[in-house]
Amino acid sequence: MHSKDTISRLYRSVLRIRRFEEVAADIYPSDKIKSPVHLAIGQEQVSVGVCDVLEDGDWVGGSYRSHAMHLAKGGTMNGLMAEMFGKETGCCRGKGGSMHIIDVGAGVMGSSAVVGTQIPMATGYALAAKAAGRGRVVAVFFGDGASEEGCFYESLNFAALRKLPILFVCENNGYAIHEPLAKRRARPEGICAVAEALGVPATRIDDGDIFAIRDGAAKAVAAMRAGQGPVLMEACVYRWRQHVGPDEDYGAGYRERVEAEPWMAADQVAKLAALMAPGQCDAIKAEIEAEVAASVRFAEESPIPAPQELFSHVFA
Amino acid sequence: MSSPDRILRYVDALREAFDQEMARDPSVFVFGLDVDDYLGIQGSTKGLVDKYGPERVFTTPLSEDAMTGIAIGAAMAGMRPVHVHIRMDFMLLCMNQLINIAAKAHYMWGGQVKVPLVVRSMIGKSWGQGAQHSQGLHSLFMHIPGLKVVAPSNAYDAKGCMLAAIRDDNPVIVMEHRLLYATEAPVPVEPYAVEFGKARICRKGDDVTVVGISNMVMEAIRAAELLAEVGVEAEVIDPVSLVPLDMATIIASANRTKRLLIVDNGWTMCGASAEIAAQAAEACEGLRIRRMGFAPTTCPTAPNLEAGFYPNPGTIASAAWSLARPGTAAWAPSPERTKLAYQVQFKGPF
Repeated sequence: MHSKDTISRLYRSVLRIRRFEEVAADIYPSDKIKSPVHLAIGQEQVSVGVCDVLEDGDWVGGSYRSHAMHLAKGGTMNGLMAEMFGKETGCCRGKGGSMHIIDVGAGVMGSSAVVGTQIPMATGYALAAKAAGRGRVVAVFFGDGASEEGCFYESLNFAALRKLPILFVCENNGYAIHEPLAKRRARPEGICAVAEALGVPATRIDDGDIFAIRDGAAKAVAAMRAGQGPVLMEACVYRWRQHVGPDEDYGAGYRERVEAEPWMAADQVAKLAALMAPGQCDAIKAEIEAEVAASVRFAEESPIPAPQELFSHVFA
Repeated sequence: MSSPDRILRYVDALREAFDQEMARDPSVFVFGLDVDDYLGIQGSTKGLVDKYGPERVFTTPLSEDAMTGIAIGAAMAGMRPVHVHIRMDFMLLCMNQLINIAAKAHYMWGGQVKVPLVVRSMIGKSWGQGAQHSQGLHSLFMHIPGLKVVAPSNAYDAKGCMLAAIRDDNPVIVMEHRLLYATEAPVPVEPYAVEFGKARICRKGDDVTVVGISNMVMEAIRAAELLAEVGVEAEVIDPVSLVPLDMATIIASANRTKRLLIVDNGWTMCGASAEIAAQAAEACEGLRIRRMGFAPTTCPTAPNLEAGFYPNPGTIASAAWSLARPGTAAWAPSPERTKLAYQVQFKGPF
């Protein structure tokens, strides 16, 4: 069973991401955020469960849907919000936006907006981690769509060949933009089998349960730190909002709300809250509301990048 | 240089650069298909695995796309990868990672990471290399901000550029040429860097400026010998690095000769020659410009067709003549003289 501290920590982390994204979505129609947002609302628990078992020195990489990864791993909320506002104080100085985020100090090593590109990049981080020999591990987050890219297979193969300390985390939300998995794979349930065939042990968690995700990640990380090589974890989840944008899109033509309802009924925020002492949630909620509001103020009050910033960082 | 008399082949100069840099810096590693086999990429990586071990010198799965991304990740984590492709054509399998990540990482992530990556590849030519083993794709990379592109044309620059590329904190595409591998030049024993963004004047002349790229530098030097026989003095310039590009040296020469011929080891359409011509035209009044490069076709394999695909010392000399002596009858060196020109080899001064 999980300790009260663990439950409280997971609750705080999931709710913090949820509220950050809900507030960003509320701001979005004002056009203060001029950056395409790919929200993780409803699937935050994958980042939270995995990052909860990582250490500060470990590294993560992700996709254009990486607000959750950034916050769960310890990337600053101010830097992320300001980046979405296009401000100089953003984590990328206003040059990356919502899809390209990074916080090297926190081990958030970059998110990329071309599907799957982060998978080999993170595998390279794992190669460097292994060469350094200090027990660091890497987790890379990607969607089910990325599992169809060639670099996914290539990276699994190389990671297995070199026994690299990398956890491949497939956040399977069932859709690549608006296209369901069944239209893209002859064996929609076969992602783990691909990894196994290449020599990467794989587990599938089909109900989005945060404890199962955390336990699976903990086991994988322990094995990786012991030098046993890569692991793949497929976590089935559901994206509550649009592929890109702040709104819901049920009835738009590719899915109906009835499909989402079981996932909403199993909301991890509510599940974790129910396991906590009365009153404890309220205190955490209040802290989070204050933190998110402060990040919005920070972003609004921060300066825009100086014009000459356009030309800096082309070369190191 | 302290050892000016030592002569080394281009391929051995490359190998020496890897050896010296790997000995100096444990974060340098060399990988790519066949780098550790008994041939060692025509000899350029031969023996490195015995000296530095399979963790630092290794072949890869046939996965150029992911291996490029893996190199980028390792570079961002502080290592200095050298990714090797035995033909430049194979780099087309790496374009997503090179252009979408390597070139942009430092910029789009606000300067938080650097990508000290070297990608080396060689261009093939002759003996039926054909459509997919002979392409010079440097202009594709020149187009993208964030990538450096260098094309050493001799053994001295091969070692110095490779050393500079390995020590550079940015992704550097090093374009080698198969036919240059056996060419010799004085190469100092000690490590040295050839600075990027500094063109080399290989031969002085007042009548026409000829800019060559990659092994077209050698062809241009041979053409200059043929031109000298008929009283035309060509100034031959090797940009050495294409990004950054030393236009100042080219413009200074073109302003003096008022005639500029650019000979590329690639197609002219949107190519390096087009860029150099455009920048020169913007900077120089009254400049006459001509460009040469691959025929606007796929590279064929029949020797007679292939011969027509490339500029050669005879066609370069003829084009330079027509620029330098406008209004006179066309001229071309005799085939015998052109053949003899292949005995000419650039050996400095550096």
